[in-house]
Amino acid sequence: MDVTFQFDWQAAFASIPFLLEGIPYTLLISFGGLAIGFLIGILFGLLRISPFAWLRIPAVAYIEIFRGTPVLVQVLFIFYGLPQLLGGPINALVAGIAAIAVNSGAYISEIVRGGVQSIERGQREAGLSLGLSRRQTFRYIIWPQALRRMIPALGNQGIISIKDTSLFSVIGVGELVRQGQVYIATTFNALEVYLMVALLYLAITLSLSFALRQLERRGLVGQ
Amino acid sequence: MNQDKSPSAADPIVCLEKVNKFFGDLHVLKDIDLKVSPGEVVVIVGASGSGKSTLIRCINGLEEFQQGHIEVDGNELLPHGKAGQALQKIRTEVGMVFQQFNLFPHLSVLDNVSLAPMKVRGWSRADAIETAERLLERVGISDQAAKHPGQLSGGQQQRVALARALAMEPRLMLFDEPTSALDPEMIGEVLDAMRELAREGMTMMIVTHEMGFAREVADRVIFIHQGEIAEEGPPEEVLDRPRNKPTQQFLSRVLKH
Ligand SMILES: Nc1ncnc2c1ncn2[C@@H]1O[C@H](COP(=O)(O)OP(=O)(O)OP(=O)(O)O)[C@@H](O)[C@H]1O
Ligand SMILES: [Mg+2]
Repeated sequence: MDVTFQFDWQAAFASIPFLLEGIPYTLLISFGGLAIGFLIGILFGLLRISPFAWLRIPAVAYIEIFRGTPVLVQVLFIFYGLPQLLGGPINALVAGIAAIAVNSGAYISEIVRGGVQSIERGQREAGLSLGLSRRQTFRYIIWPQALRRMIPALGNQGIISIKDTSLFSVIGVGELVRQGQVYIATTFNALEVYLMVALLYLAITLSLSFALRQLERRGLVGQ
Repeated sequence: MNQDKSPSAADPIVCLEKVNKFFGDLHVLKDIDLKVSPGEVVVIVGASGSGKSTLIRCINGLEEFQQGHIEVDGNELLPHGKAGQALQKIRTEVGMVFQQFNLFPHLSVLDNVSLAPMKVRGWSRADAIETAERLLERVGISDQAAKHPGQLSGGQQQRVALARALAMEPRLMLFDEPTSALDPEMIGEVLDAMRELAREGMTMMIVTHEMGFAREVADRVIFIHQGEIAEEGPPEEVLDRPRNKPTQQFLSRVLKH
């Protein structure tokens, strides 16, 4: 048996144009989902620290449910399960974005809660003592500082969510992994193609890391 | 007979009546009665944990109380934080300087000082900046206006905090141990700024352990012992000839240092 294997660079490069077609979907699902997830996270993160139990309890329930179940199950539920409830099919892209949104939203809620709670009590007291309303104190004093502290954790969540979209090949969205699978089905060079797929993910996540580091650095000036 | 309700100079600007405050089972303020006249400088002294901070924090509603009532410049605070609009008005009229400065680290010194006048009083940016610059000059830090608080020394930060409070043109200033977090060599510059404020006629309530300063600026010294006003009077009486035992013990401990 001949077990020697030549890595076929030519095949690897040849797959790239086809793989690149998956990138817009990967980016759209990731960043579309994360953008909505961020809004969800702000809302539920703040509800989570509300003094009122009737606001806090639903937030805790949401966070625990969507942190405690796999994102793969969530997207399968949305894509295959919800249509039975709604009586009509759901677009795979929409299902993917929704899954990332609700999943990252749960984690971002906790990031928001932690960020806001990390701001010293004296900041709020100083704002209130100047006559600022509670809302103004939050908007001008607490939130800008909390947001700055949240950046590393948000970046982390961004990277996790980008990678999570690779699971969504199961619902047939033409994202990166799906493109790779389709390509391999005709050319059979899995080694080369999956390596290229991995490198493309790395390129996306490294770009995000870099961008966030810049943001953090700029934000830290004058802290 | 018709009572004239319009405020005159003789009316107190702060009035506490039978104020009681609890933290759980802990009775922190006990039947506090206190009146402060406009222009008066009141220094509050007492041992750690006696309730000094709690007392002045009740006046601008940072702490709720359970019994009694507090009136500040005609605005009434009720027990359990029931105040609504009055609380907002009081906070607009009352400035506070904290032990830990509590400057806003994400804003420049100038923005720290000009934020509240713009957002609360609705001043234009130009007006707020002009006032901020004037106040920073007055406390001797106009050259630091563009910096962020983290780049300043403790004494400079506390002077910015003073300017920030003054920018709201308060009728009353509260100080909670304004020099306790400072290195010794920076205490003087903050006390100087406060001294000048007192000279200009600002009504001030000051919690401090600086007895020399108290003797010099106070119209009245209040000694708090275990949540009660144990003794009050002019500084030369309370500080030099204390009548009751806790005051004597406290002063002998403080003055020994
Ligand atoms: N948020 C709180 N919860 C429970 N107890 C508190 C709280 N804040 C203060 N206390 C207690 O209330 C009492 C009075 O506290 P306060 O801070 O007013 O004292 P103080 O005279 O300012 O003391 P210090 O000189 O140390 O600042 C203390 O026994 C303190 O432990
Ligand atoms: Mg105190």
